[in-house]
Amino acid sequence: MQRAVTRTLLAPSVISLLLWMIVPLAMTIYFSTIRYNLLYPGEHNFTGLLNYEFFVTDPGFWPAVNNTLILLGSVLAITVVLGVALSALIDQPFFGRGAVRVLLISPFFVMPTVSALIWKNMMMNPVYGVFAWLSQMVGMEPMDWLADAPLLSIIIMVSWQWLPFAILVFVTALQSQDTEQKEAARMDGATSWHIFRYLTIPHLARPVAVVIMIETIFLLVVFAEIYVSTGGGPGYDSTNLAYLIYSQALLQFDVGIASAGGLFAVVLANIVAFFLIRAIGKNLTV
Amino acid sequence: MNLKQKLKVRTWIVGASAWGIALLLFFPILWMFLTSFKTELQAISTPPTLVFEPTLENFSLVQERSDYLKHAINSIVTSFGATILALLIAIPGAYAMAFYPGKRTKDLLLWMLSTKMLPAVGVLVPIYILFRDYGLLDTRIGLIIIFTMMNLPIVVWMLFSYFKDIPREILEACRMDGASPMGEVVKIVMPLAWGGIASTGLLSIVLCWNEAFWSLNLTAADAGTLTSMIASYSSPEGLFWAKLSAASTLACAPIVAFGWLCQKQLVQGLTFGAVK
Repeated sequence: MQRAVTRTLLAPSVISLLLWMIVPLAMTIYFSTIRYNLLYPGEHNFTGLLNYEFFVTDPGFWPAVNNTLILLGSVLAITVVLGVALSALIDQPFFGRGAVRVLLISPFFVMPTVSALIWKNMMMNPVYGVFAWLSQMVGMEPMDWLADAPLLSIIIMVSWQWLPFAILVFVTALQSQDTEQKEAARMDGATSWHIFRYLTIPHLARPVAVVIMIETIFLLVVFAEIYVSTGGGPGYDSTNLAYLIYSQALLQFDVGIASAGGLFAVVLANIVAFFLIRAIGKNLTV
Repeated sequence: MNLKQKLKVRTWIVGASAWGIALLLFFPILWMFLTSFKTELQAISTPPTLVFEPTLENFSLVQERSDYLKHAINSIVTSFGATILALLIAIPGAYAMAFYPGKRTKDLLLWMLSTKMLPAVGVLVPIYILFRDYGLLDTRIGLIIIFTMMNLPIVVWMLFSYFKDIPREILEACRMDGASPMGEVVKIVMPLAWGGIASTGLLSIVLCWNEAFWSLNLTAADAGTLTSMIASYSSPEGLFWAKLSAASTLACAPIVAFGWLCQKQLVQGLTFGAVK
């Protein structure tokens, strides 16, 4: 009786999530093996792995893989290093700590399209932007960020958005650090640097791993920032996998190739997700 | 210098550098806010105008240029609709797992999380085609369904951890008095977990409001949210910075405030309890 009640209560969430996961995924797998272009309805011949071949040999494929990995690596490095440094900084007592915390985490809550446009127009515009003005002040030629360094520009925007997340997680983790241990180390004559190096950094190992895994899942599929600011260009210079798949599907209407690409993204994310799920599972007590 | 003075200097240096960095990182948002009160000419002047007479003109023009209200209503309807729907689906499930855990509960929870890790772009094509065939493209209902499913794992997870903190004794006492399971949920669990349910809802609203991938790909003129309205300013003819800033300020202000309120839940929700 009890079991039946429990099952009934669980049913809505389990069934809806099951449908949400299986139906689209099964369709993606099916589409990836047929010839399917929205512009030529009716032709749905089985083509085997041809779509995968087309996707992998697309001129945009290797640039997109490269850009995805560079974007991922750079943003991870920037957010983790700066995140640890800044959270250690604001973990100490000083005037207005609450306000500083609020300022630091705000970028995370600004919608991606807005932050991309602020950066594109008001910061990075080669004529009217704040960066252009600053470089003129120091006597340098203003640079056209989005045209000359498109990927770097995207990296800056995305890091700005994700740094607050890293800070939030690390600050939360630092608050659970054993203060008595720190006091004892200080009594024994340890310097601040030693305490940071030998107590704080090891304490942060796990949160750092979690931040890396969660950010990876989101950063593999950065989309809005590219869509709004560079449109993947110039050429393929700032196209990542997510944007390439989008352009195959909704700009060139090739459902088959886009599905093959989509599965590629799913496999990539699952490799990371596997480790993340294990890390979460270890901590979970039911 | 004695120790006390040294400590004071140290605090001062820490404070100054923390404030400096915080203001630097906050600058783009501050700049957007200031620009929204400038005229278009002041907005693009170099060197940037720092002292100016604030005007509210942009805020009224945003409505004319891009029908701000319609998009705002779409954003409100979809984020609140999806959040309420997700809570309705998740509360019974989280309750069952927290109070009647079985051998499989842990696996079930982890499986639910794993659905969150499926990249949206991997299922873009089938969702787009399903939506086209069922007439859901560019509708609020369609977006509500997507947002609900997108946040359901996080919502279940957070509710589960709040429910687990409710002392069992209270429930047992209630059961002795002959309350039905549904009565338990409504009379005991809901009031006790009210704070947790509210902050879970808040986090879900923030995530829906800022969602960009699905709203850019699945909506157009009718169900476009604020995210997609702002994206329309990226075209060259949309180069009206003061109006863009006004629109952005209006679109972000409520959600940034919400975000400040639910910082703690954000960490718990997005790291799935892996960081405490």
